[in-house]
Amino acid sequence: MAATVTATSVRNSAWNRAKRNPGIILGSTICAVLVAMAVFAPWVAPFDPNKQMIGPQLADPSLTHWMGTDSFGRDVFSRIVWGARISLWVGVLATAIAMVAGTVIGIIAGYFGGPIDRAITMITDVLLSFPQLVMGLLLVAVLGASLTNIIIAISITAVPAFIRLARGSTLAMKERDYIDAGRALGFSDTRIMFAHVAPNIMDEIIVMGSLWLATAIRTESTLAFIGLGVPPPTATWGGIIREGFEYLNDNYLLAVFPSLAILITMIGLNLIGDGLRDANDPRAPQ
Amino acid sequence: MSRTGAVALSVQGLTTEIRTGGAWRQAVRELSLDVHQRETVALVGESGCGKSLTALSIMALLPRGIGRVASGSIAIDGTNVSGASDAAMEKIRGDRIGMIFQEPMTSLNPVLPVGFQIAEPLIYHKGLSRRAARDRALQLMELVRIPSAAERMDAYPHQFSGGMRQRVMIAIALACAPKVLIADEPTTALDVTIQAQVLALLADLQKTSELAVLLITHNLGVVASVADRVLVMYGGDVVESAPVHALFARPTHPYTTALLAAMPRADQSNAALASIPGQVPILADMPSGCRFQSRCQLREARCAERPPLAEIDGAAGHSVRCWVKGRPQ
Repeated sequence: MAATVTATSVRNSAWNRAKRNPGIILGSTICAVLVAMAVFAPWVAPFDPNKQMIGPQLADPSLTHWMGTDSFGRDVFSRIVWGARISLWVGVLATAIAMVAGTVIGIIAGYFGGPIDRAITMITDVLLSFPQLVMGLLLVAVLGASLTNIIIAISITAVPAFIRLARGSTLAMKERDYIDAGRALGFSDTRIMFAHVAPNIMDEIIVMGSLWLATAIRTESTLAFIGLGVPPPTATWGGIIREGFEYLNDNYLLAVFPSLAILITMIGLNLIGDGLRDANDPRAPQ
Repeated sequence: MSRTGAVALSVQGLTTEIRTGGAWRQAVRELSLDVHQRETVALVGESGCGKSLTALSIMALLPRGIGRVASGSIAIDGTNVSGASDAAMEKIRGDRIGMIFQEPMTSLNPVLPVGFQIAEPLIYHKGLSRRAARDRALQLMELVRIPSAAERMDAYPHQFSGGMRQRVMIAIALACAPKVLIADEPTTALDVTIQAQVLALLADLQKTSELAVLLITHNLGVVASVADRVLVMYGGDVVESAPVHALFARPTHPYTTALLAAMPRADQSNAALASIPGQVPILADMPSGCRFQSRCQLREARCAERPPLAEIDGAAGHSVRCWVKGRPQ
């Protein structure tokens, strides 16, 4: 009855579905471990990642060096732990920037339509016509390889996807009656766009964000692998693979371990993304 | 019949045009109406007769590039708003004139709690703090008789029934205590018993807050129960304007007569209902002169010229736009 209704919302039921989704539970656990590893890198890593030791070079895994050592005698495990910082930081920041900028631009395009929409859509289509990696490569090559520039480059490659999604969802939303009701209440376009349209399309944007996070991390690693990443000696996963690649005949494990780190991260993020998508779909089986 | 209050909404000579087939065509022609405080004026007609366009014209919410007010003046609560800027109108809408819509199921934002949606215009127009607006929203929910309002403030629209959602809509529209309320088919989507409750609620609120209501409907039963005055529209023209009792007692325009004959009644035999032959012509094909002539059985040669809206003999406030049934010329 009316009196006993509690404030369970659409969101809450989605959250309840999310909590019971095994993919989300596994994915979140994987990502939580990775984030903890990155945050507590100074305590997790047994060695200084950049310290060149006079011990064995290109050594196999041992009790001292869990994942062996590289050509400079640096501890590979420590380098992967520290590399997680770069990879996750670049991924999260680039995705967040792309998500916010793309959503704002997309809502504006969809809401106003007309010449504004045509201009934004045209630029988006041009950006999307480049393969994502080629785009990232071009941008880093032009801007120069530094942490900030890599984040900017990856955000720019991700932004068109968010613009397109936000624009499409806004087009569908702006025909709804409650948008007209908001206008009849004298709300400004800005208020309608960001206080009324935005919360209604946020679930789709967040799902997309979790999937793009994986792509952003992969792009960062790829850029590092082809030598356009954060410059050495800073440890990055892509950079370690690159170094390992040069010694593939001497010790292939040097390339395998960082690749595994990337693989596990991808699996974790995609599990979360797919799980969120299912949880957001009320028609999905409980 | 309590036309004692001041004029809260005044529309004079409103002509609204819409763009169809590459030309601007008159969809509302020289419409004039006054709504006094505590008065309910009903705008009645079929779909497409221009009644909703009239409401949108008053609210200045005509879709840009598709609709425009060609002439006429509109005054809301004593302020002339004809030609007002968008920014000026944003300040008036929701604050001094409220509007409720036909579809309570979709007119609320699904992801925001209803308490916030009622508080929002107060924060936006009156500059209330969130806390104060929330307190006021609770009072408003009690005012529109939503049971256990305190517990339901944080509930979402999908947890409310259609009738309760329409009450929420009314609370939102009345949050800033406007002088004028436009109700566009407010009960069409509701069950008959709920319709009666919502109409009774509106009538009560109207008495206590001196509200002027412009009711847009095609339901003559609703008109009979709540309206003080009725304007019958056909093809963008007001064809008859009368106090509600006069209209039902002495429908004069051929269209009004046909409309009333087409209404099912419990107190008459269940013989086939009368229908009006033909269809409303599309705007591009509207006949010049009387727009009802193509479907009218009393048509004469002079109907090719547009008849004036003139008061009929011996009935104050009862005007008809017809050469044949109106005042003899």
